[in-house]
Parts: sequence; C-alpha cells; structure tokens
Amino acid sequence: MSVLVNKNTRVLTQGITGATGQIHTRACREYGTQMVGGVVPGKGGTDFEGIPIFDTVEQARKATGANATVIYVPPPFAGDAILEAAAAGIELIICITEGVPVLDMVKVKKYLRASKSRLIGPNCPGVITPGECKIGIMPGYIHKPGDIGVVSRSGTLTYEAVYQLTQLGLGQSSCIGIGGDPIIGTSHTEALELFNNDPATRAVIMIGEIGGTAEEEAAAYVKAHMKKPVVAFIAGQTAPKGRRMGHAGAIISGGRGTAADKIAALKAAGITVAMSPAELGITMKQTLEARAA
Amino acid sequence: MNIHEYQAKQILGRFGAPVPKGQPATTPEEAAAAFTALGLPKAVVKVQIHAGGRGKAGGVKLVSSANEAREFAAKWLGNKIVTHQTGPDGRLVRRMYVEQASEVARELYLGMVVDRKAEAISIIASTEGGMEIEEVAAKTPDRIITETIDPLIGLSGFQSRKIAFALGLRDKQVGQFGGLLSALYKAFNETDASLIEINPLVVTKEGSVVCLDAKMSFDDNGLYRHPEIRELRDPNEEDPAETEAAKYDLSYVHLDGNIGCMVNGAGLAMATMDIVKYFGAEPANFLDVGGGANAQKVAAAFRILLADERVKAVLINIFGGIMLCDVLAQGVVEAAREVKLNIPLIVRMEGTNVEKGRQILKDSGIAVIAATDMSDAARRAVAAIR
Repeated sequence: MSVLVNKNTRVLTQGITGATGQIHTRACREYGTQMVGGVVPGKGGTDFEGIPIFDTVEQARKATGANATVIYVPPPFAGDAILEAAAAGIELIICITEGVPVLDMVKVKKYLRASKSRLIGPNCPGVITPGECKIGIMPGYIHKPGDIGVVSRSGTLTYEAVYQLTQLGLGQSSCIGIGGDPIIGTSHTEALELFNNDPATRAVIMIGEIGGTAEEEAAAYVKAHMKKPVVAFIAGQTAPKGRRMGHAGAIISGGRGTAADKIAALKAAGITVAMSPAELGITMKQTLEARAA
Repeated sequence: MNIHEYQAKQILGRFGAPVPKGQPATTPEEAAAAFTALGLPKAVVKVQIHAGGRGKAGGVKLVSSANEAREFAAKWLGNKIVTHQTGPDGRLVRRMYVEQASEVARELYLGMVVDRKAEAISIIASTEGGMEIEEVAAKTPDRIITETIDPLIGLSGFQSRKIAFALGLRDKQVGQFGGLLSALYKAFNETDASLIEINPLVVTKEGSVVCLDAKMSFDDNGLYRHPEIRELRDPNEEDPAETEAAKYDLSYVHLDGNIGCMVNGAGLAMATMDIVKYFGAEPANFLDVGGGANAQKVAAAFRILLADERVKAVLINIFGGIMLCDVLAQGVVEAAREVKLNIPLIVRMEGTNVEKGRQILKDSGIAVIAATDMSDAARRAVAAIR
C-alpha cells in the first residue's frame, strides 16, 4: 500500500514534447512508471519514443485508460491544462510547472472543488511511491521502499530529507511534493489525512516553510485526528518579513506566517520539530525508537 | 512587484475608482507647475517611495501656493526619508506627487488581497482608517469586515452593500462605494494584482468617497500578461544586487550576515540559511540558483555574493537531482578562477554524479573545503569566519 500512486497507476504527460517533458517522461519510464500517453495539441497521432501522443486529454484517457497525468506545460497554459485534465475525469493531476499566475489558480481551485479530480502542485516536484511509481522530477535513486510518508512544500529540501531517511535505512511509503505556491491543489492537512488512512505508512515527515497558515491548520488536524507520529521542519526561520523567499508562497506578510508561529503550533499539537534541517532523518529514527521502547 | 502611489492612482482612476487629481514631479519646479496646473487653492504634496509611514515622517504636506509646493519638494528631493517601514537607512526621495486636497470627514480602510486560506480574492474593510490593518487586527479584530469573492460569479451587489453599511456609509455613498469596489475588483483581475490597499479611504466633508492613498502590488507570475505594468518597476526602489540577480534568473534576497549562501531550490536555500544560524552565525543572503544552473549562472551568483563586502565565506549547498553534480562542480571551478576567489569556499554536494563532482573540485587546485553533509558544511563555514 501507499498513497496516491502505485504500480498500477497509468500516467499521461501533458507537454510531452517540451524539453522538460521529454527528460522526465523518459526518467519516470526508466524508473518503472507506466507512462501510457502524451498530450500535445496538434501532434495527435505521433509518438514520443513509442509513447502515443494525443491532441486532447479526453482522447488520451479513452485510448489508454490513464488515471493520472503530469503537467509540464509553460505557466500561461498550465491552468488550462489542469482544467482539461479535470474535465476529462483524470483522478490525479500533478502540475510541476512553476510560475502559474495565482489568479489562474483561484479559478482552477474553485472548479476543482466541484470535480472528483485531485490536484498536486503546481510548482512541485511530484509524487513518488518508491519502487513502484515515480511521477515528477525527483531523482528516483535516493528513495527506498518503506513505511515513512513524506509531505513537503519544497523540492530539493524534500530530497534532502528523503536522502537522510534512506541513509538511516528508513524507507518511504510515498513522498508528496505539494508545491511552493500560495494556492495549491492539495494541502499539508489533506496529505496527512491520506497518510493517516494508509496502513502502509507508520510515521510522517512534514516539511513546511514560511508564509500562509497551512502548517498551523495541519497542526490542528494532527492534534485532533493523527494516529501516527509526525516529525516536522519549517524552513525560513531566518527569513526577513515581507520578502518572498524564492517560492511565490514563501513570504511573511503582515507579520503572519512566521516560522516561529508555525513551530509553536506544531509543538503544541505534539509534533516533534527538528530545529536543524540536517536532523530530519535522525529525529524520525529517534521518534520511532522512543515509541517502540 | 510594487509600484508608487501615483502610479496606483493612475491605474485605479482608469478603472473608474474615485481618486484625487494629481501630477508627479521630479524637480521643485515641476512641483510648483503641478500646483498651478491643478488650479485649486490647496494641494497636498507627498513623497513617493515604496514604503509606508510617510505622513508621520513629515513626507506629506498641505500647501496653499506654488511656492510652498516648490519649497516642500526642494526639502525632500535628493534627500533620504526614514519611516518605520524603510529601515534606519531610509530611502532616497526622487519623486513627489502633487494632488488635489480633500476635506476629510471620516477615514476608513479598504483592502483587496489574494486570500490564501479562502483561495480567492477577499475584501478587507475597517472603520479604523489611517492605521495599519495588522494593528487593527491585533487590537480590535471586531472592527474588521472580510468578504470573499466567488471567482466564478464575481463581486455581488449585496456584498458591496454589506460592507458599505458595516462601514457606516449612507445614502448615495453606498452606491458610490459599490462602484469603487467594482472598479477595484476589475483592476485587480485585469492587472494580476496581489494587493490593493486604500488606506485611508475617506468620506469628504461634501459626503463623497475618495481614495486618499493607494498601494498596489502585483503577482510576478502574472506580469507576462501586462507589459505596461512591468514597465512601472522602479529599480531605484530595489536592491541593486537583487536586480542584477534577476537578470540571470537567480532568486536572491540580501540579508545582514556574513556567510554567503548558494543553493539549488528555495526550500533548501532557506534551510541552509537556517542551519547557518543554528550553528551560531548569520547568513548574508538567500540565493536559489534554480534547477538548471550552468557555469555562467554560478559565476554570476559568485560575483553577486562577493560584491557584498560583509561576506567572509561562501557556502555552496547543492542537492543534485536534475542538476548534475559534475556540471555544477565544473561551474564552481570556472567561476572561482574567474572571480579570483580569496575567501573560504565550503562546498557540500549530494546527488547525481556526486563522485565525479567531488573529483573535479579536488583536481582543480582551488582551495575548497569539502563538507560531508549539511551540518558539516555549516559548521565548517562558521569555523572559517571565526
């Protein structure tokens, strides 16, 4: 078991002929993911290294039975690509694209609330269930099958955490990069809920960052419902107020969204907070050992 | 991206919001001419910088002659103004705004933001105009009215009326306010704004609703749709190092410490700053070189870091996923030679092709302090400046 994706997941790539789409479709297929089709308007009927290309997501879904899609199209077209996937009934939509205008996401999010599709991202590395299915841009080889869930707003910081876990012999059930934008498809809380209900997940690492209140909401969920240990880290403890730290969503505005507030909320909910990003793995190990003892 | 008050008023005026008439001035003579052009007995002259608190710092004055306008402009133009938002260094004044004066009966607050929690645009209003909304939220949260706009339906009439009545507006003001909100909402959507703040929104003695001040910020990700808005960027209001970094597609934020950081990925870059602090030193910057860093980008990043005289050591922390460690190492070697690096360089690399990358650094002959992990890197960087 795992969350969101497994060996049976059948994946489309929207934007399969772009440079990024090509590199990562190839890498995901090499990892073992079932990459069943691509979508590029106007290139229907051709193929990418044997993967059939369709003009629309609807055609691709009908022909391939895809139940997930990954989006690499440029920012001006990403919102439309998400809507197209949702309208075609794709269950899981993963949008890697960075730089989607936030007002596009306002409309997309409103539409998705009335649909059955789940969106991950945008501005995220994707989702992986180690050994089974990798959808996105994360390096596959640092992962190891296991029972630790990972959810994060960041890309490379997630790789860092996963690498630490793997070095310590702690494998991962699934890793979800939820994205660094202010408005995203799936929140920390929703990801925690998935892990909470997944029998194959024993504990969760949550990596948050400054800006917004998603971590505070996740803390409230953990306090009320979480049956499994959660270890967290909040990036941006040294970030100045009012400055955007790379990610569109990483900004302390109006004095809210500070790392200190988030860490306090997480601790109050019984979450173990690693104060150094180098100690995420070891903190998880110690937490599990303490519970076993 | 932020713009000046006068620019925000020009945009909002175009969308039909009630803003006072005015003209910007870059010289005392222009300020005097702007006063004369208004043809009114009184005008307000205001310092134009990208920071609030100008009134309290003496940057706003009611004048009743062209000469007074000239004198007030002469007092500020070319000088620095320090407000509670500029920091102790203050901001150089390069422009004044001369506008029609309003006789104020009441001061209100009106804001429009991308509300992350509601995942929509929300209106924030308060009877406590002229104060910072954060302060009102902390002291008298019951005086704040919030209304979220459905993105598929748009602003509804009842929402405007609800806010208008809560603000104590009456008679024709209710309709005027509705018109103002519609104008702001249209401007917000059609310029990819992330914030519009009217503080204060005033009711004049004649009973009209007027935007006395205006602040607008925009979503950088939406600016490709609005070249005319992008042109309003004022590089004088931005850190030159940040402007330089943006040319190379590097995301850089200047800080006050002395360990320069070069990292791939925003989250890891923040975490690297945090771990520097964790080991007792201060980071000099946030710098995300992004996923596709090449030698040219790394060299640009080096130059930007080293231009800051406070930087006493450089810490490179790369987790190569897409980015290959050997390519990065090559970039670091070339850049270090090009910039004649003469301060300690600590490199921590992990990920794809890491062994090749480490070998390249080792063989290069440049003095690199190789670190085994993030803690080791931060510890060595902190030791290097002591």
